[in-house]
Amino acid sequence: MNSKRDIILTEVALRDGSHAVRHQFTVDQVKSIAKGLDDANVPYIEVSHGDGLGGSSMQYGLSLTNEMELIEAAVAEVKQAKIAVLLIPGIGTMPQLKEAAGLGVKMARVATHVTEADVSAQHIAYAKELGLETVGFLMMSHMASPKKLLEQAKLMESYGADTVYVVDSAGALLPHQVKERIALLKEHLTANIGFHAHNNLSLAMANTLAAMEAGATRIDGSIRCLGAGAGNTQTEVAVAVLDKMNIHTGIDLYKIMDVAEDLVAPILETPQEITRGSLVLGYAGVYSSFYLHAQKAAERFGIDSRSILIELGKREVVGGQEDMIMDVAAELSKRRAEVAV
Amino acid sequence: MKKVKVAILGSGNIGTDLMLKLSRSPILELTTMIGIDAESDGLKKAAEHGYEVITTGIDGFLERPELADIIFDATSAKAHIYHDEVLRKAGKKVIDMTPAAIGPIVVPPVNLDEHLDADNINLITCGGQATIPIIHAVHQVQAVEYGEIVSTISSKSAGPGTRANIDEFTQTTTRGILEVGGAKRGKAIILLNPAEPPILMRNTIHIQVEEEAKTEEITASIREMEKEVQSYVPGYRLRQEPIFDGKDITVFVEVEGVGDYLPTYSGNLDIMTASSVKMAEEWAKHKVAHIPV
Repeated sequence: MNSKRDIILTEVALRDGSHAVRHQFTVDQVKSIAKGLDDANVPYIEVSHGDGLGGSSMQYGLSLTNEMELIEAAVAEVKQAKIAVLLIPGIGTMPQLKEAAGLGVKMARVATHVTEADVSAQHIAYAKELGLETVGFLMMSHMASPKKLLEQAKLMESYGADTVYVVDSAGALLPHQVKERIALLKEHLTANIGFHAHNNLSLAMANTLAAMEAGATRIDGSIRCLGAGAGNTQTEVAVAVLDKMNIHTGIDLYKIMDVAEDLVAPILETPQEITRGSLVLGYAGVYSSFYLHAQKAAERFGIDSRSILIELGKREVVGGQEDMIMDVAAELSKRRAEVAV
Repeated sequence: MKKVKVAILGSGNIGTDLMLKLSRSPILELTTMIGIDAESDGLKKAAEHGYEVITTGIDGFLERPELADIIFDATSAKAHIYHDEVLRKAGKKVIDMTPAAIGPIVVPPVNLDEHLDADNINLITCGGQATIPIIHAVHQVQAVEYGEIVSTISSKSAGPGTRANIDEFTQTTTRGILEVGGAKRGKAIILLNPAEPPILMRNTIHIQVEEEAKTEEITASIREMEKEVQSYVPGYRLRQEPIFDGKDITVFVEVEGVGDYLPTYSGNLDIMTASSVKMAEEWAKHKVAHIPV
């Protein structure tokens, strides 16, 4: 096997996938998956609550296991892979990042809404100070023009980010839009450019290829599509596709397939697929982790989860605003009751 | 009753909004606006309104300490440390609107009475002022095991100070949830939303009580608190009835500003300036009541 890497993949199932399992990961699950991924030669594995460090909350879902325990377990299992964490300023804080770094984390991904990069200055600088490789993560990238995205990416670069990611949190971008955004960043930034996809419109793989074609050298994958909404670019699929293109990920195809089949599939409550709910996320441009919350609210108020998601899209709700789901659901159900009277 | 003289330190958005609010106070007399940038809009407006304008910062004021007995500090946490030190020496009362939180942290309808003798009181954060009253209202009925608040503000109303120190918001607000709200455990989250037109400040308060929530009593207590906050922040309101689910309670609050200097969507800034005026007024009343006749 050729371990040279033309492209660096970060496996996000143990972070983004936290949404899909309602933040119920156990130490044993994280251990076995991290070990399997490491053995398959995955270079980076992200571990945190789905909403990053400090995300455990009534707003987003309480973690079954303290994420620091999960991080510690993952660090202990890996030989070559580096463990990464996500931090969203406003949710997580610098002391939590310090704690994670102390446990052996090597990379921090600091995330903001695509137009709010300036809240990350302190955290990016602090991550660098802690000696961590640092990524700026611009979420909901479909909500800003390429020009705005570039301006914000430059800010993150100026704070010290080694890599800046275009993050399609809603899985709403189309391939030509990905290409346009990545190419613009590539032209004006010296930092590495990364791309994070969601598969809500079945475009995660295609968008990842478009991003690479335009110059992205960092990509994210979630094994067995274990990520929010319909999941992300399916890691084992990406490894196979890139292999056919003669692009080296350094990841062992058979081993990664086995991790997906033998370790990850059994922990899924339902297979990760594009349901009408996740399709609507991509269609309406709504943050992928809203998916399960919208289903719950829909059941509670006896309305269609799609109408909730469409309404949230109209209101330009951003990532993290899970509280709007219940609020909008209550409002829609009240409105319906009034019409019925 | 003779009005108590006050001054504003800091001529940014908060200071200028505060200036307009103070002009309506029946108890406080704004005499002076203190800044360091003579060209700032705030100092220009202060001059137009006929207030004393000091452009040399706190040192300029200390040369003329008779101008005010209560000072509102609307500068920054860093600057406040020095301001606190010198104003204490000068025997002035200080309302700290920065996240420095040197003095006791206060939410007017909850614990202002306990701190009327303090020399320096702190306002926590906008999110704290909007949500801690609700946590306290629940706590009065049933012990609060956990209080979690999520404040969403429009991007336009989040100034550079907030943006550069966002951890201070989450940490100081959490402290307020515990110390003032009464929750055993707490968490605070802040989100910025760039939608146009800008959204009103929204707050969601997730509360967990120790036993099955007493729906009616808690709702009544929350509604009463809503009225109390409305007495000094008119645009403060519940968006809908509290939602109950076993031990969990969710309350949605929005804050519309009065639109003095800052537009009405900036409820987050308005609640800070309105709360600080409320504090200073109570302080002034207390002081007058305690002057030996």
